[in-house]
Amino acid sequence: MSNYYTPHTEDDIKSMLDTIGVGSIEELFKDIKGELRPKSFNIPEGKSELEVLTHFNRLAFNNCAGIVKFLGAGFYDHYIPSVVDMLSGRSEFYTAYTPYQPECSQGTLQAIYEYQSAICALTGMEVANASLYEGGTALYEAAMLSSRLKNRNKIVVDSGVNPIYRQMLHTYTQNLSMDFVEISVSHGRSTRSDMLKYIDDKTACVILQNPNFFGAIDDHSDIIDKAHSHGALAVESVYPISLGLLKTPAEMGADIVTGEGQSMGMPLSFGGPYLGFMAVKKELARKIPGRIAGATLDTKGKRGFVLTLQTREQHIRREKATSNICSNEALCALRAVIYLSVLGKEGIRELARLNHDKAEYAKEKIAKIKGVEVKRSSPTFNEFTVLLPKNAFNVTEGLIKNNFLAGLPLGRYYKGMDNYLLVAVTEKRTKQEIDGFAEALGKAL
Amino acid sequence: MKLIFEKSVAGRRGVTLPRPDVPKRAIIDGKYTRKDAAPLPEVSELDVVRHFTNLSRRNFSVDTNFYPLGSCTMKYNPKFTEAIAGFPGFTELHPLTSHLGQAAMLVQGALEVLYYIEQLLAEITGMKEMTTEPLAGAHGELTGIMLIAAYHRDKGNKKRFVIVPDSSHGTNPATAAIAGYEIISVPTGKNGCMDMESYKAKLGKEVAAVMLTCPNTLGIFNTDIKEVAELAHRYDALMYYDGANLNAMLGKCRPGDVGFDVVHLNLHKTFSTPHGGGGPGAGPVGVSGKLVDYLPVPKVVRNDNGTYALSEKKPKSIGRIAPFYGNFAVLLKAYAYIMLLGREGLITASERAVLNANYCLAKLKDVYELPFERTCMHEFVISASRQLKHGIRAIDIAKFLIDRDIHPPTVYFPLIVKEALMVEPTETETKETLDRFVEVMREAAKLAEDDPEILKNAPTNMPVSRLDEARAARELNCSHI
Repeated sequence: MSNYYTPHTEDDIKSMLDTIGVGSIEELFKDIKGELRPKSFNIPEGKSELEVLTHFNRLAFNNCAGIVKFLGAGFYDHYIPSVVDMLSGRSEFYTAYTPYQPECSQGTLQAIYEYQSAICALTGMEVANASLYEGGTALYEAAMLSSRLKNRNKIVVDSGVNPIYRQMLHTYTQNLSMDFVEISVSHGRSTRSDMLKYIDDKTACVILQNPNFFGAIDDHSDIIDKAHSHGALAVESVYPISLGLLKTPAEMGADIVTGEGQSMGMPLSFGGPYLGFMAVKKELARKIPGRIAGATLDTKGKRGFVLTLQTREQHIRREKATSNICSNEALCALRAVIYLSVLGKEGIRELARLNHDKAEYAKEKIAKIKGVEVKRSSPTFNEFTVLLPKNAFNVTEGLIKNNFLAGLPLGRYYKGMDNYLLVAVTEKRTKQEIDGFAEALGKAL
Repeated sequence: MKLIFEKSVAGRRGVTLPRPDVPKRAIIDGKYTRKDAAPLPEVSELDVVRHFTNLSRRNFSVDTNFYPLGSCTMKYNPKFTEAIAGFPGFTELHPLTSHLGQAAMLVQGALEVLYYIEQLLAEITGMKEMTTEPLAGAHGELTGIMLIAAYHRDKGNKKRFVIVPDSSHGTNPATAAIAGYEIISVPTGKNGCMDMESYKAKLGKEVAAVMLTCPNTLGIFNTDIKEVAELAHRYDALMYYDGANLNAMLGKCRPGDVGFDVVHLNLHKTFSTPHGGGGPGAGPVGVSGKLVDYLPVPKVVRNDNGTYALSEKKPKSIGRIAPFYGNFAVLLKAYAYIMLLGREGLITASERAVLNANYCLAKLKDVYELPFERTCMHEFVISASRQLKHGIRAIDIAKFLIDRDIHPPTVYFPLIVKEALMVEPTETETKETLDRFVEVMREAAKLAEDDPEILKNAPTNMPVSRLDEARAARELNCSHI
């Protein structure tokens, strides 16, 4: 089958070749000599649109996506209002590119500016960039920013930070001389004494997460103060929906805030595309990675938006750029700002409250199961840790038969925690599902 | 246009949340809660719909305008791939599902997608194995350079430098620097390719890698490519292929066959996934046999019984460069696109892309300066240096095109060409569209001589006229809050 997205008729081709002054299309490839031609190109023959759709329908059917999820661990099954898909599906947005020419890209630029404003509203910070790939790379960029700014290479990381992100930090810094100190958690919380002990004058930054990986809520003000007293920066990774209720990282004094924005209107989609966000104090604005949209005036004094502070970026600074980042996740940022706009000031608080209340209800139900202990050393938001009398991995396997993804077994990431399960409850979980889950869990033990 | 925040009215609401069906709980201790509610806009759903619909109308896009933005491959994005990425069987899939007992069986369809897209991309590029993890082209570059660094560390090679030609994308030197290398820049020779004498002089034992774009950013195929690779390999320097321009090469030349060790692809360019206003993209990386051991984990494998699984068994792996398996929905769209086009369709894409570029070039080279007189591949670079004599710069021509409803080419890149205009028409445009573009470009050239003020004042048909970028940087205002 040919390529019907190429609109050329035989006549077109002939007249175009005449204009160029060659006899065939192949002549245009004459620079690629025989010895440079492909040894093979074994790609199956083309298919019709219907055949391709049928094929992918089968593949989608081979996934058990509709299963009831009590699994979160940084990536959550939230409700996405229909308006998010409808508006972000306007192809004037999704078939545009990076707004290099601002006069014909005001739609994208204003949407990014509004997204940045919404991130500032949630986190309490002064400046946000136009987004990064996802939460883990955002955290890595924050670590690099701190190290560059402070000219120090020691980074103190709380083990309550998502273990996947901590693995990524190690991967990215293998070829650099970074010194990571990981502070273990005790009873699901930061070990205060160790955190405070290891922050010193060599520390570029301390990396924290709230709520932490175990779901525990904390106020990190004291740790952040300690970091500042040694001239170090404080990086806080946050869960944006929780900020409908929880103390903001700005209120705790954090210098750099990052996080995964998937919960703000992105489907889970087996891992992406997601949305990394980064917000900072104003004095760091000129040092941060990624694109930034800024307001300015046109020649007639009318407000408009442009990509600004581009002299930090790779296409101008090349090897001296603050990061190699080129694009952002503009379409995901658009989804997030649409999502946050329909929720609004009251909606985000109500949503956070709903998540918290449902999780508290689930905790109570699960705590009643014999032999199960719900960890209560800290308050939690919508996720909590459960100690089971058996291996959690095996228990989750049993619950799949009851149509539940029971949560994340923690043994894979934390030594000695094989019997622990991390359970998340979003606003999508109904009372009936929670009751059913608790019952099934009881039977599985 | 007002900001959504400026349309806010206290007490207005825009969404129905699921009903609270559990008892209300005591609120969390005040020391853990925020003092004031997050100052998000208070608007109705219709307010939001009208606002963003109107914003969308203030954009040029492939679906509304010709968009010959060089090096970005703004081809038409077929709609059926969007439908596929929206199947609930994909969108509702939690990436950690596979961490639960036996749960790999719940994600067989998704793992099959990852397995086959890797196979297809490996065959298209001639590489031994691929990883789908990198989330964008620049992210793929970083992954590729980290793989090269891991190789040299493992072999005990002492390497300090990465060679890049001066025509390269800015991401190349930025990536190598971030991965811990120093940069050696090689000038462009008279033929528009990397100068071979200078390259030979700069190559040495401490060079870790040579990063090339092929065809290069001038749209020229480097005919010395095999020699470049052979020379690099003599010093155990590895060859890096920046796949930004692969749209010229499908079925015509594979990086793996001509000596490249690492390739990154931009699926949003060559394989037609939408650019999204600047992401999300996807930047899978392919490697030669030398680097297979270092690829990131997890890796999708096919079991003997035909099922798929995720494997972390790679002791020399660089680890995780993304939390999961890449931008899965983007990978899906690229896979569907490749499946529909098939072998012949892919080859046709490259052929017509090159045809369209050469056609535009042939019709413009008498009025614009052509820095290198050669057959171009899928894009070409012309210079507004002749127009500069009348005080007209590349940016003025760009802004004039906007008034004629055409998205401008990439301007001032590559940096080595003065007043550069980099044009990439792509294969999905009709001859009529190209003819109109040529006509407007010729009109601009004529106006540069006859009435330059029209160009300098452009655009006049847009929601805003030229914007003060210096002011934006000086008086930084990047949040309404």
